[in-house]
Amino acid sequence: MLQPRLVEVRQKLLTKNDALARSLRERYRDSGVVVISLVSSPGSGKTAFLEKILTVLHRDFRVAALTGDLATENDARRLARSGAPVRQISTGTVCHLDAAMVGAALEGWKLNELDFLFIENVGNLVCPSSYDLGENARAVLLSVTEGEDKPLKYPSIFHTADAAIVTKMDLADAVDLDSDAVRRNIDAVRPGIPVFETSAKSGLGMDEILNWMTSFARAKAVGAV
Amino acid sequence: MHELSIALSIVEGAEEEALRQGGERVTAVYLRLGPLSGVVREALTFSFDLATEGTRLAGARLIIDDVPVRIYCETCRAEGDPVAEHCLHCARCGGSACRVVSGDELELAALELEDATAAVG
Repeated sequence: MLQPRLVEVRQKLLTKNDALARSLRERYRDSGVVVISLVSSPGSGKTAFLEKILTVLHRDFRVAALTGDLATENDARRLARSGAPVRQISTGTVCHLDAAMVGAALEGWKLNELDFLFIENVGNLVCPSSYDLGENARAVLLSVTEGEDKPLKYPSIFHTADAAIVTKMDLADAVDLDSDAVRRNIDAVRPGIPVFETSAKSGLGMDEILNWMTSFARAKAVGAV
Repeated sequence: MHELSIALSIVEGAEEEALRQGGERVTAVYLRLGPLSGVVREALTFSFDLATEGTRLAGARLIIDDVPVRIYCETCRAEGDPVAEHCLHCARCGGSACRVVSGDELELAALELEDATAAVG
């Protein structure tokens, strides 16, 4: 009987996803499309936010969206009202999107005819943090009803984000929101990222977000930041 | 709960490596795991047994090395500890001009392989 032997491997897990994400990123860059993903807990207002963004951006830019859920095509139908092309990714029982699902959903789309592509992840603040989708920027959404300390409870998702978007600000007074605490907690887990206070209902903060998307995300797509 | 996907990806990576190294069975898997990886240790340990069943890794031990979060502080111009895992400011100066240098690892570090017993002959 031979002795067991120890071999060093030192490789990242999810290498297949990372490799696919890299090739998607190259495809996005070559097509000149800026890709922004949205992550949050279920019910924090990703779809309402995205519907608003698509409706506004659709006037001046060529925009499209992918939206992930375990089941139903409801979100795709809602988002399609903006006039932008939208595809639903149904994950079945899987709690996150991965690069392969995104690649498959993009089948047949001419990315060079788009300025912006949005990817709405499955509502989940844990699992999506491990999966690179090749996006240029990832925005994490947090609604005012979820509690100021949410970033401290889910640091790994905030750790992978490029911006934090506080949603449903129209309800801030009703829940006695402490905005400073929200900002402080986001800054603790992800120092330096921009924080936007928004309301899809009133339109609050939408100009700032659009400005960030068009300037920062574009710069990032060409590798300037 | 995406730890089962992670465990399946460990099995995939370990089987490929075992095959390349000519190992018949994998008897232990050494992982490096950071708290910012988003992977829950207990859920992964549970999923590992399920994922390894009927593979070269069946019965293998999963040994997890917890990698601490370390940051580089632009103000101190030095690497150091953060205030806490959920507060990535510099523990030395309290500043927030910091970037993470370790703590998001999700890495297959090493494998313990058992070779096929030499053919009788």
